[in-house]
Amino acid sequence: MAIETPAIDLAPRFAFRLEGFPVLPTLILAGIGLLAVFAGSLAPHDPEIGSLAARFRPPAWQAGGSSEHLLGTDHLGRDVLSRLIFGARVSVVVGFTAVIVAGVIGTLLGIVSGYLGGWVDQVIMRITDTWLALPALTFAIFLTAVVGPSMWNIVIILGLVYWTRYARVIRGEVLSLKEREFVRLAVVAGCSKWTIMRRHILPNVLNSAIVLATLMLGVVIVTEAALSFLGVGVPPPKPAWGLMLADGKKGMMVGYWWLTVLPGACIMLMVLSANLLGDWLRVKLDPQLRQL
Amino acid sequence: MTHYIIRRLGYSLISLLLLSLTIFLFVRVTGDPTTLLVEPGAPQADIDAIRQRFGLDQPLWVQYWTFMLSLVQGDFGNSFYYRTPVLELYLSRLPNSLLLAIAAMTFSLLIGIPSGILAAVRVGGFWDSAGKVFSLLGLSLPSFWVGLVLILVFSVTLGWLPSSGSGTVWHLLMPAFALGWYFAAAHMRLTRSSMLEVLGSEYIKLARLKGLPQSLVIAKHAFKNALIPVLTLAGVNLVIMINVAVVVETVFAWPGIGRLLYEGVTFRDFPVVQAVVLLGGTMIVLVNLLIDILYALIDPRIRLEQ
Repeated sequence: MAIETPAIDLAPRFAFRLEGFPVLPTLILAGIGLLAVFAGSLAPHDPEIGSLAARFRPPAWQAGGSSEHLLGTDHLGRDVLSRLIFGARVSVVVGFTAVIVAGVIGTLLGIVSGYLGGWVDQVIMRITDTWLALPALTFAIFLTAVVGPSMWNIVIILGLVYWTRYARVIRGEVLSLKEREFVRLAVVAGCSKWTIMRRHILPNVLNSAIVLATLMLGVVIVTEAALSFLGVGVPPPKPAWGLMLADGKKGMMVGYWWLTVLPGACIMLMVLSANLLGDWLRVKLDPQLRQL
Repeated sequence: MTHYIIRRLGYSLISLLLLSLTIFLFVRVTGDPTTLLVEPGAPQADIDAIRQRFGLDQPLWVQYWTFMLSLVQGDFGNSFYYRTPVLELYLSRLPNSLLLAIAAMTFSLLIGIPSGILAAVRVGGFWDSAGKVFSLLGLSLPSFWVGLVLILVFSVTLGWLPSSGSGTVWHLLMPAFALGWYFAAAHMRLTRSSMLEVLGSEYIKLARLKGLPQSLVIAKHAFKNALIPVLTLAGVNLVIMINVAVVVETVFAWPGIGRLLYEGVTFRDFPVVQAVVLLGGTMIVLVNLLIDILYALIDPRIRLEQ
């Protein structure tokens, strides 16, 4: 007689795990990601070169607009749609890498600080407290004034400004993990501190780090846009959304609304999507973080 | 209590030292500080004078000592652009920033507290969901974009409000809204959670058992107690608002500290940038200290814990 294995229906479990999954925000983020990757072949025009003869063309559906420039042109006659598409690249590259830089620094220091304790903990936490007291944008502006703006400088600067957020939370997690059975057993088994931190602590704080990273993505993108808006972000002529807003401000008083509304809407969509996804992940992956 | 305050004072002092050390080291380690501290195109004599004054040929700790000595004396150097002491410049802009912060705070509390209470009283209902959407929008909309759209609507299209500058109440409205927007969401969320906590407490149950009507329970008993943490946060946020208004002040050309920072960056006026960062950080460290001490006075559990 054949033994029948009871079929385990996985579907309900997955349904539960995916309950309330923010589909639209994920699609938007994925779409922006695709735009960033394929900007070169998707953009109808060169984003950095325009013709002065075609300045301030309105979007296609307005009087005076043409299908040549679907979303109009800016003060140098550059195609707004192409600039928005290439701008996605700047936001995605800066946003993701800065979040990763901050995440790696913050998670490592948080683990070391929480696990080793003592004076190491004191030093790292005092630095964290102090840096947290600095308003993020002000601190970032100061750093760009010191090292000068460039895309990779901005990534490093944002990483330096935001790692403290991770360090705080991760340290708290490590403090409670440290008291758990499996860590104590590892100590008894003779694992070195570094092995425990790497093999036993790190995998257990990764969830929190990922949730934090998703939540930080929105913050980082807004800060990058603000820096570009103030003229200390990604230097022109590279199209960054914040920079487009700053340029658009000049034309706004005479009614060239598309130069401010469109890049702003892109920033908002991306940040809103990241926040919605982050919120969902926070609730799903890490109930402890709900208090954050 | 005294022990707690002394320890807390010690922490703040360390924070202030670390703050100055951070700023100091970033300027010195990332390159030649003379390029930052001396005006571009300054004559050799000026460069030598700055080198002399900050002792840039001395070892780092001597330089730090000189740096701290001048900071303690309130000497943040002279602005390259305005040619006046930076501290004077900062203090002349401070009242404007304070005015903007107070207006933004008023706005954010006017929106945040009623909507927070409404969300807590009708928890899970329509107003609660509306509040959630509102707070998500508040946290996601960048203030510079809110500012630009406001200008587009109220100045360009409708022509009701001046788009930039200062002087009248009308100039204050849009920047206060753009700055207060984010904080309104934060105040709403705190009011909601604080109100929920109070509504679950014993004395509210007692008030209900006495047969008081819902409106009276909320207005007289719950509201007052739920407001304490919100007002404390508002106090901290007022100081934070003074220091994070860079973008809003730039959009509306509001002559506050944020605008000063923007000018500092645009005109490559490094002493100004450095002073704004240092003074902003100091302000926030001091406010945190004040709040911790206040909390310890109110709540004995905090001062007894090690």
